[in-house]
Amino acid sequence: MDKRTPLYEIHSALGATIQPFAGYLMPIKYDTIQKEHMAVRNSVGAFDLTHMGEFRVTGPDSTAFLDNLLTNDADVSNGKAYYSTMCYPDGGIVDDLIVYRIGTEEYLMVVNAANLDKDWAWVQSHLTGFSVKVKNESDDTALVAIQGPKAQAVCSKLTSENLEEIGYYEHTTGKFAGVDALIARTGYTGEDGFEIYMKNQDAVAVWEAVMKAGEEFGIVPVGLGARDTLRLEVGYPLYGNDIDHSTTPVEAKLGWVVKLKSEKQFIGREVLEQQKSEKPGRNLVGMMVTGKGFPRHGTPVFSGDRKVGIVTSGSIAPALGEAVCLGYIEQGFQKMGNELEAEIRGKRIPLKIVKLPFYTNGSRR
Amino acid sequence: MSNVPETVRYTETHEWVRKDGNSYVVGLTDHAQHEMGEIVMAELPEVGSEATRGDAMGGLEAVKTAEDFYAPMDGEVISVNEELEANPSLINDDPYKGGWLFAIKASNESQFDDLLTAEEYLTHIGE
Repeated sequence: MDKRTPLYEIHSALGATIQPFAGYLMPIKYDTIQKEHMAVRNSVGAFDLTHMGEFRVTGPDSTAFLDNLLTNDADVSNGKAYYSTMCYPDGGIVDDLIVYRIGTEEYLMVVNAANLDKDWAWVQSHLTGFSVKVKNESDDTALVAIQGPKAQAVCSKLTSENLEEIGYYEHTTGKFAGVDALIARTGYTGEDGFEIYMKNQDAVAVWEAVMKAGEEFGIVPVGLGARDTLRLEVGYPLYGNDIDHSTTPVEAKLGWVVKLKSEKQFIGREVLEQQKSEKPGRNLVGMMVTGKGFPRHGTPVFSGDRKVGIVTSGSIAPALGEAVCLGYIEQGFQKMGNELEAEIRGKRIPLKIVKLPFYTNGSRR
Repeated sequence: MSNVPETVRYTETHEWVRKDGNSYVVGLTDHAQHEMGEIVMAELPEVGSEATRGDAMGGLEAVKTAEDFYAPMDGEVISVNEELEANPSLINDDPYKGGWLFAIKASNESQFDDLLTAEEYLTHIGE
């Protein structure tokens, strides 16, 4: 039985296309994906992301516990957040996540909904030896994201916290729309924006206040369809499409969240270190479709007769009006401007390797 | 509820077919365009190509999905909707008129009678 978020009735009343996703009935779109996408690029949109998973880590060994589990450095200042991968000993990715440092001995891990059970089991199996407690708060926590160049203008109407002082990947706790919330300047769209975490029972009040405050900016509700095209347009990988157990963060060009220069030991370090020094055999790259066609997840990529890679995500990039894709391409075929071909239904469609992000005018700070 | 006009016939693969003199115009049903979402590219057959009932004749790309479309009858493709090149969303906005896909000259007109009626198509899509 799929779960409903506290905002389900609202999505339903708005006429959203609702589909099961990661155990929840989630809004895929309310209007068209492209209109919702452009609203976020040009002004502001609101997302219900309650399906995401939240694990709270507390205790004296919180930092050491996360340093072992995560490829990124856990020990940031209170009020900061970071993106990281969590790897298996073979370097494959368990999940990618955002971690908020709430206090000296307290962190909040936000994981992908589709990986929730697997991540929870993984976290549980690595507690031994650390004086920490981990609590799964996913079922009690709602998440509303307000994203777009007008996001701060909307959110500043709903809180007395000085949002101007909250930098990118920083957060605070305080009142938002009259309820207790974690207010974070994070997102997955390439635009400026906030993610607001609150208790389930407060979600309706927050959503309604956001929609009302955003009215003057033309705020629209945005479904998971546009969330996917927005992240693709700025080249962010999606777990299950672009990264998974069979790929490593080094291959996925996420080396910036793998802290090999620090002394810290973490799961997967040995393999990732070796892969980095030898250069991986393939990398995740961005490709522009220069012909007519839409490569999708699983579409093979050729250079002449030689298969040199595979597409992992593909769609139209609504802000560019062009088809784009991400995919793993062999070393030696990934130079900027290099021309390759996707094979779709037996036909060759020309592609060109381009620099990421595809869309460069985002308002992200 | 999907728009399922009684003036055309249907296939189980969600094409509609309209008899127009001795040619047959083919498009995607309202139900199917709604299921697919915003169509951003239509790959149409070539004029003059042979159509065999049930064969894939081309493909449609939506933002999130892709689907092939099929020949409802045997024959030869005599025209395609070139408007779709610049404006594939016509399939969403006007599926039974401006969004038509291709027309065939049928080699076996009795196959038209094998197609689903509006009532049968409604049952097929569970409405």
